[in-house]
Amino acid sequence: MRLSHEEVEHIALLSRLKLSDEERERMTTQLNDIMAFFEQLGELDTTDVEPTSHVIPMSNVLRADEVKPSLPADDVLANAPERAGDTFRVPRVVE
Amino acid sequence: MSDELLLTAAEAGRLIARRELSSRELTRACLERVRAVEGAVHAFVRISDDAALKRAEEIDRRIAAGENLGPLAGVPLALKDIVCTRGEVTTCCSRILEHYVPAYDATVVQRLRQAGVVFLGKTNMDEFAMGSSTENSAFGPTHNPWDLERVPGGSSGGSAAALAAMEAPLAVGSDTGGSIRQPAAFCGITGLKPTYGRVSRYGLIAFASSLDQIGPMTRDVRDCALLLQVLAGHDPMDSTSVPAEAPDYAAALDGDVKGLRIGIPGEFFEYRGRRVSREIEDTVRAAVRVLEGLGAVAEEISTPHLQYVIPVYYIIAPAEASSNLARYDGVEYGHRTPAPVEDIVELYRQTREEGFGAEVKRRIMLGTYALSAGYYDAYYGKASQVRTLIRRDFEKAFERCDLLLAPVTPSLPFRLGEKTDDPVEMYLSDVCTIAANLAGLPAMSVPCGHARGLPIGLQIVGKPLDEATMLRAAYAFQEATDFHRLTPRPSPAGEAGGAVVQWAGRGPA
Repeated sequence: MRLSHEEVEHIALLSRLKLSDEERERMTTQLNDIMAFFEQLGELDTTDVEPTSHVIPMSNVLRADEVKPSLPADDVLANAPERAGDTFRVPRVVE
Repeated sequence: MSDELLLTAAEAGRLIARRELSSRELTRACLERVRAVEGAVHAFVRISDDAALKRAEEIDRRIAAGENLGPLAGVPLALKDIVCTRGEVTTCCSRILEHYVPAYDATVVQRLRQAGVVFLGKTNMDEFAMGSSTENSAFGPTHNPWDLERVPGGSSGGSAAALAAMEAPLAVGSDTGGSIRQPAAFCGITGLKPTYGRVSRYGLIAFASSLDQIGPMTRDVRDCALLLQVLAGHDPMDSTSVPAEAPDYAAALDGDVKGLRIGIPGEFFEYRGRRVSREIEDTVRAAVRVLEGLGAVAEEISTPHLQYVIPVYYIIAPAEASSNLARYDGVEYGHRTPAPVEDIVELYRQTREEGFGAEVKRRIMLGTYALSAGYYDAYYGKASQVRTLIRRDFEKAFERCDLLLAPVTPSLPFRLGEKTDDPVEMYLSDVCTIAANLAGLPAMSVPCGHARGLPIGLQIVGKPLDEATMLRAAYAFQEATDFHRLTPRPSPAGEAGGAVVQWAGRGPA
């Protein structure tokens, strides 16, 4: 299958990207070129093959639930584009 | 260029510990070399002159006071700009993190500090480690010291070039699909991607979390073993870190490879009808014969599912990246658009549009699509299943073999600009390296020859957590050859690189 401009625009929205017309044009061609490779996987029967999401045989790594110091708020907020007191400031989210 | 720059890190460390060379002297020589060649090479994005000299003096004082800091104390190191350093700008070579100052040190940085290493600065890389040429850096490309018209490889191209240009004796890189090994091969240096989980990823800016590993980049195998020793080990701050002690890697460097069983997987030499270049194949096969001459036993083997590494990797890595990079939203840290915005979604979109480069956007788009409703099973699910088949091929291979030998790259270093408009061609340059990441295996690149004045790497792939056997074979090979001692002609800016090479250090055997 091939992606249309509209689908690429939809993926850009899901990705929280905003593409210029020129970028969208180029992206559509390039994504389709790359996805042509993806079709190769259809050659393989993978019925009953367990997926690998992680290569090392470890799961549910646990540790004691102990209170430890966090980073000081000032250190964390030092990189904030905009702050208000001890919080991050953003444009209005709810009306 | 001063003579101390030709020392390996192990040699320099030994002299510093004996106080026959000061860390300050060596650090100053490195900084002078950096000044002389950076205009042509651009391996670094930030250089910390003052901090490095201050640190070197501190190490000299501590050694003078009788402190034993280990074999690499006082030796300068170039750190890839993907590793967080407390209080020092760390950008991942992205506009979106251009002014980001981490509030903490990565675990590997803490370990390197404890080992007394001197940080020279941060090295250039493809933005968020996405690329194979370092051309995707937001701060301009790095040039290959062997030929300034060619790429150093990527994404750890700055670290590799800094070593090849004799700017630093040690470097650290990261490898998600070949980002340590491919630049190591292109720049004629030694680079090792450890087993997934061997080195802590705490403080490594995430690209694809099931694939990323930090590893050593050096000019020879002994330095590689010593630097891996510093980096490796369990870390409770990284839940994917393997709770196993790292063995003494230097102990594996005894040159004995008698009876070692080596597999040569044919699929590494040809991917769907595209064969690696003749000069690469001939050079790698000659390297196999060197190890056979030392008593190793080689046999041709098959890992059939390697024919699927490109689609599997270019689904899984972007899928993980699209999720990891969702955090760059202009709220907590990083770039925020100065443009007036109506609402929060507009803030996110405008910020990300301005902050990310073309390749990063491409991968976010690919990954978002591969994970989106209706396509998840066909793409991400399927790729994760084929990943299992790739792993099983290696498990089978390692029932018969101790190590696998293969090319690192399908071709010699390509020219700057040659593949930038063709992402598919660029992706295919990773074809020999990504399997080790998908299977979580340790793998390294060792210099094994030259063609047309450009270096070629031999890839050694090991069993999980068996970096020692890999280093053993690499060391035996290195001691039987001299390729690791070849350097680009040491010369000032403008003259570095080219077909003229000069024996450095001890000269040919």
